[in-house]
Amino acid sequence: MNFSFTTEQEAFRTEVREFMEKEVPSRWRELGYGIWEEDDESWELTSQWVKKLGQKGWLSLTWPKEFGGQERSHIYQLILDEETARVGTPSGIESMITIGWVCPTIMVFGSPEQKETILPKASKGELIFCLGYSEPGAGSDLASVTTTAVEEGDEFILNGQKVWTTIAHRADYCWLVARTDLDAPKHKGLSMFIVDMKTPGIKINPLTNILGFHSFNEVFFDNVRIPRKNLVGQKNLGWYQLAMALDHERSGVGSPAAMDRMLHELIRYCKTTRRDGKFLADDPSVRKRIARLAVEKDVLRMICYRVTSVQEKGGVPNYEASTAKVFTTELMDRFANTVLDILGPYGQLDRNSRLAPFNGLFVRQFLHSPSSVGGGTSEIQRNIIAMRGLGLPRG
Amino acid sequence: MDLDLTRDQKILFNSAKEFLKKECSTSLLREMKDDANGYPPKMWKKMAELGWPGVMIPEEFGGMAGNFIDLVLLLEAMGEVNCPGPFFSTVVLGALPVMNAGTPEQKKEILPKIADGAMIMAYAMNEAGIHYDASFVAMPAKADGDAYILNGTKLFVENAHIADLILCVARTEGVPGSKDGLTLFMVDGKSKGVRTSMLTTLAFDKQCEVVFDDARVDKDRILGRPGKAFEIIETLTEQAALAKCAEMVGSAQRAFDQTVAYAKERKQFDKPIGSFQAIQHHMANMIMDMDGARFMTYRAAWEMTRDLPSASMSASMAKAWTGNATHKIALLAHQIHGAIAFCEELDLHLHYRRTKAGSLSFGDEDYHLEKVARHLGL
Repeated sequence: MNFSFTTEQEAFRTEVREFMEKEVPSRWRELGYGIWEEDDESWELTSQWVKKLGQKGWLSLTWPKEFGGQERSHIYQLILDEETARVGTPSGIESMITIGWVCPTIMVFGSPEQKETILPKASKGELIFCLGYSEPGAGSDLASVTTTAVEEGDEFILNGQKVWTTIAHRADYCWLVARTDLDAPKHKGLSMFIVDMKTPGIKINPLTNILGFHSFNEVFFDNVRIPRKNLVGQKNLGWYQLAMALDHERSGVGSPAAMDRMLHELIRYCKTTRRDGKFLADDPSVRKRIARLAVEKDVLRMICYRVTSVQEKGGVPNYEASTAKVFTTELMDRFANTVLDILGPYGQLDRNSRLAPFNGLFVRQFLHSPSSVGGGTSEIQRNIIAMRGLGLPRG
Repeated sequence: MDLDLTRDQKILFNSAKEFLKKECSTSLLREMKDDANGYPPKMWKKMAELGWPGVMIPEEFGGMAGNFIDLVLLLEAMGEVNCPGPFFSTVVLGALPVMNAGTPEQKKEILPKIADGAMIMAYAMNEAGIHYDASFVAMPAKADGDAYILNGTKLFVENAHIADLILCVARTEGVPGSKDGLTLFMVDGKSKGVRTSMLTTLAFDKQCEVVFDDARVDKDRILGRPGKAFEIIETLTEQAALAKCAEMVGSAQRAFDQTVAYAKERKQFDKPIGSFQAIQHHMANMIMDMDGARFMTYRAAWEMTRDLPSASMSASMAKAWTGNATHKIALLAHQIHGAIAFCEELDLHLHYRRTKAGSLSFGDEDYHLEKVARHLGL
């Protein structure tokens, strides 16, 4: 049992922290954007930032050397995630998808050619994927997707629709699941494809999210021709490959560090702000609510460290990663909601409103909260915890 | 970073569980509930042979020289079976403050006896008008020649009825509410002027009301400096709070394990109830509470072994979380078992009782949240 970091690991933390403090563009701080908030300007900042990380080799920190990685242990990834979250860097949803989900699966199931075309570029931040998973009729029941890919000579012909496709309008490729066997049971007729987003027949329709931004889309595929070499792994085994990709989801192990930062700012605010005749910090109920957030934040930290500790020993976290995801998203929700309660009427003031505390950070966070359904709802995560973690029978 | 137990820790933990499986059966728990002493001396003797009471006591005093993590693991194993007896009051509330504040002579006198299982201790701080804050101790200790005379009533003193030595907090100066003026007396449990009577409690533990009626204590029977006990008490409360977490973690873990097994085996609507999402989601919540409680406790214990300044806040965080988390686990264990768990025959109610009792001891959630708030600079 050991809860500390080695001297080398601490040195890496210092290196990352100094880099972040120096390099995060001041314009990004002015914008104050979080995830699922983007426009052309923030996208530009984000792409430059991701490339910068790529140049440092920090996108492929844990990758094997043969794919251009540094083969650092998962603790280094944790440290990088923590320091990234602590500073609040240009948002990383795109690198999370590409680096966190897609690339590890390509390393296992991809052809030599796929590895060669995708991995080096992705590790430099020069190539971005979007995820073609959800459809109008397939959300939590993902295996019921109806987009079809019919084999024809050396190609697959893709027809159907995807939805909630984050950054489809900016991505180079779509990591897509489609039905390749209409007669097989639903889990056994799926395949994974790498789809070039410039292929003719793809139509993208923007959707505006509740934060007021265009981040996700509807994507329509009308007789889109995918070369056979872009099939990932084996035909009709896509579901199992996809399940493995979900295991690799990095579940935001850095989020407690982001909460550290938010708590710090909140405490400073409460110590200097008088309401109803006293400082907020002197109100017993405010003290208790903040202390509880701090405790829950550390519980989350332990759950995240648990994930890393499992990975460190060569294990693939399954239920641990799901607990981290559920706890993170539900705590983020409680966090933002609690802060708005503490702020009272000022809790309504959104970004760029003259009197908004924290420039509306927690209003934005509050609006982010319902996005917790992304990557598998909390209910689906709880099913995974129960069935895979505890061995309870499938319902 | 590695959150798993080391090889030695695993050996200690597993051998403790093995021992308790044999020695601390559920029928024993039922006997002890109504037993006047509340524990089987034979089991206590065997624990002493294994070195348990001396787990943290230095070798020179006959102990195992282990650290706080070792203590936590023993307590967790005891928590799993809701083990009755004088371990907590003797080791956590007795040996630790003596190790922390005793003179070399006092250590030499007391610690070897504890390590041998030959001395049972109790800790008397609480009194009417106090929940957790020792600065409100009012009980006076008046100097009288070479001795002090103690008068007053102490509450929630576990195992006072069998204690050879009672550590009693009394006021030698100042007024209630003041941290100064508190003194820790080592009172012979069998001495004249000390009367104990049993409180009827939720978890069938043996907590006493202790009346000190002109109890005479020699002036050299003081732990630490006269009037300066508050700091010792603070440290002790922190250690005791964390030690309670370990017990609660063990107790909740057993309730949880039994519930997983039951959910796989119990059938309704022709299916194991564990296949229903309503049950699965309860159990997913339980494991999150469980993992949170366990690793918050381990982290604080690990920090204590290294004397890190953060240990104090970590212990309060662990206690603030673990009480409520383990209560929820025990309650859901009942819920998932249904009516069978409402029967005395099943052990679940013991876990339900123990986790709550632990939560109310040495600082409840509110108390520790306020401590956390202060650590945060609020």
